[in-house]
Amino acid sequence: MADREKEHNPGIPVVAEKVKVEAPPGEERPAPVPTTYEVPIGPIHPALKEPIRLTFKIEGERIRGVEVRTGFAHRGIELMGTKRNLIQVLYLSERICGICSISHPIAFTLAVEQAAGIEVPARAQYIRVIFSELERIHSHLLWAGVAAHELGFDTLLHLTWKVREKVLDILEELSGNRIDYAIPIFGGVRRDITPEQYPKVGEMIRYYRGLSDELMDAFLRDPSVEARTRGVGVLEPQEAEALCAVGPTARASGLRKDVRQDRPYLVYGDYAVKAITPEDYGLKPLGDVYDKTVVRLLEVGQSLDLIERCLEDMPPGPITSFPKIPALLAHLKKAAGEGLGWHEAPRGEVIHYIRLEGGLDEPSVWKVKAPTYSNLMSWKPMFEDQEIADIPIIAASIDPCICCMDRVHVVREGGEAWVTKEELLKLSWEKTRRLTR
Amino acid sequence: MSALQAVWQAAVVLLGGGLVGMVYKGVDRKIAARMQARIGPPLRQPFLDVGKLMVKEAVVPRTAVGWLFEAMPFLAVVAAGTALLYLPLGPFAPVLGAHGDAILVLYLLAVPALAMALGGFASGSPLATVGAQREIVMLMSYEFPLAVALVGVAWRLSSLGIQPAFSLGTMAAQPLWGLVGPLGVLGLAILFSCLLIVTPAELSKIPFDIPEAETEIAGGLMVEYSGVYLALFYLADAVKTVVMAGLVVALFVPFGLAAAVGLKGGAAQAVDTLFFLFKVLVVMLVAVTTVRVGMARLKVDQVARGFWLQITAVAVVGLLFLVLDKVVMG
Repeated sequence: MADREKEHNPGIPVVAEKVKVEAPPGEERPAPVPTTYEVPIGPIHPALKEPIRLTFKIEGERIRGVEVRTGFAHRGIELMGTKRNLIQVLYLSERICGICSISHPIAFTLAVEQAAGIEVPARAQYIRVIFSELERIHSHLLWAGVAAHELGFDTLLHLTWKVREKVLDILEELSGNRIDYAIPIFGGVRRDITPEQYPKVGEMIRYYRGLSDELMDAFLRDPSVEARTRGVGVLEPQEAEALCAVGPTARASGLRKDVRQDRPYLVYGDYAVKAITPEDYGLKPLGDVYDKTVVRLLEVGQSLDLIERCLEDMPPGPITSFPKIPALLAHLKKAAGEGLGWHEAPRGEVIHYIRLEGGLDEPSVWKVKAPTYSNLMSWKPMFEDQEIADIPIIAASIDPCICCMDRVHVVREGGEAWVTKEELLKLSWEKTRRLTR
Repeated sequence: MSALQAVWQAAVVLLGGGLVGMVYKGVDRKIAARMQARIGPPLRQPFLDVGKLMVKEAVVPRTAVGWLFEAMPFLAVVAAGTALLYLPLGPFAPVLGAHGDAILVLYLLAVPALAMALGGFASGSPLATVGAQREIVMLMSYEFPLAVALVGVAWRLSSLGIQPAFSLGTMAAQPLWGLVGPLGVLGLAILFSCLLIVTPAELSKIPFDIPEAETEIAGGLMVEYSGVYLALFYLADAVKTVVMAGLVVALFVPFGLAAAVGLKGGAAQAVDTLFFLFKVLVVMLVAVTTVRVGMARLKVDQVARGFWLQITAVAVVGLLFLVLDKVVMG
């Protein structure tokens, strides 16, 4: 009876069950009941760079189900944001995630600029685009290295990360930091790109263009990598659409979905950025790990082109409309209203929502939706019927960023609590009402 | 050979084997690191690792079957060490050559893997259980091509009237390459390459490190082992590397250097011993280091299919060439 209930309620984790079947004398033994066992991955596991727990229901080597538990990296950063002035929150937003440390501030500044009605000078917009494309290059190369490591191909990890140093050097040259660049500020950027720095960026572009064949060879034409990535972790286009996947995860399934294309912001509109799918590599999109690699590697090339064109087109002029911080703070304090900032982070669409009350230093609401949050659900179809050996690479294939994603953790009466769909719906209605009051 | 002589010979071989295995592990790590554009650990790192593990606390999980969990590392070391005693070491015949044949070596080679699998099952961790299942599948996959290579050589020797054919000592003393016709040489070359492919699988190295698979099952079989038990498995692995490379050398490249340059007596033995160690190192570098640097980890079903279909087919073809050679040569 209890078993029957469990069958109809897939939400309850089934712990390894040993069912002893006693055959009555003289009768044939009934077929053995298929037993599953649980393999926990995380919260601490070599395949995961950040804490999250995936509990797999395994039959032999096949995955029959997965439960995802998040919340290990929840820091209450949004609440902290509502207790500080906006400049301080800018620093917080940069520290949501080390790898997307330009994407979050860009989305955040766009939201605040919308709420406070601040104009951004053209040159600053170009600089923001250049930085976010540099970040895309370093993030995708980082991902490629991690993916190689998950496949047990450490040589490729070391070589990819060695190559990645070049873009980090450029980021350090331009901003002073390898990560957490502190570039965007409301109304512009904090540092200009000087003419002496142009050739260095140009040299980096040539360096990566020269390497692109080698990288493509290593990731797309190596037989052992192909054997591990082709047909693994497939996300059908319909599923990607239904589960609202974003970024390279959605594009690998053939969805031409890219914020830079669908809702151009900054100067992206001038360049008619096109979402890259495996079709651009002459492949029929399958949505497997191989396709996700293809998309990310092609996007490195796309980013190089964008940076090159931005450097050419960048007009001279001021880099911020508020050179004096006190003036900016005074303006922000007066501003009232709400703003929504979109940005295509390397992992997909990131959204920041901000609500400012006139006369207050701090925002009354700050909401962050990171790409991993949108992509998390696509794990379920991707893991279905795959092997244990595929777990790390499938988990890595959406390029999960747990610290970006962990925005909510429900603790009730001292213990952890499950929230049902109805409760969740009610919570979200309440929140919307609170926001739009 | 008196019992006392056998004992001190065995002691020398075991100590030397352990030492060489550890040094070679260091060489392997250093060269792999250089290939990956890293600096890599110092050569003595394996000694430091084992030394540190020896003084660390060994934790036995509460869910483990204690005695089995604790006994298996010892079994692995003992089996690997015993296999070493059946190996012809350059100019020296196997220490225990008179007390067992090549088939025994095959079994001894399988014992450390079985010990690891049993230890994994006994540790009561789901990750180790997965690793142990994988180890057993691997064992069933690579043993057949390995056996075909060994038996092929032994059968061809016996068909030439050389006895005892099923002894590694005989195989090393009578290199087949010069005794067979062109078809036989082709067959031997095929079996040789099969054995080189089996070597990393036997040693659980990338692309065949499936039972341990750090990023998948967090070390799998080894996940619950710590302290002295982990050190023993480490040692067993080092010795097994020497045994496996030594087996390849004994079967397919048993040539000495001393006879070619006309040395005699002690000098010849010294030169041949060094040459043997050099050959073992080369086999390890070719079959283990370069392969593990240049490939991604495969999946257990891919490996099982590959060994059962492709590699076994190739090995059988090699064996057929040896049979044809016998028919042609008469």
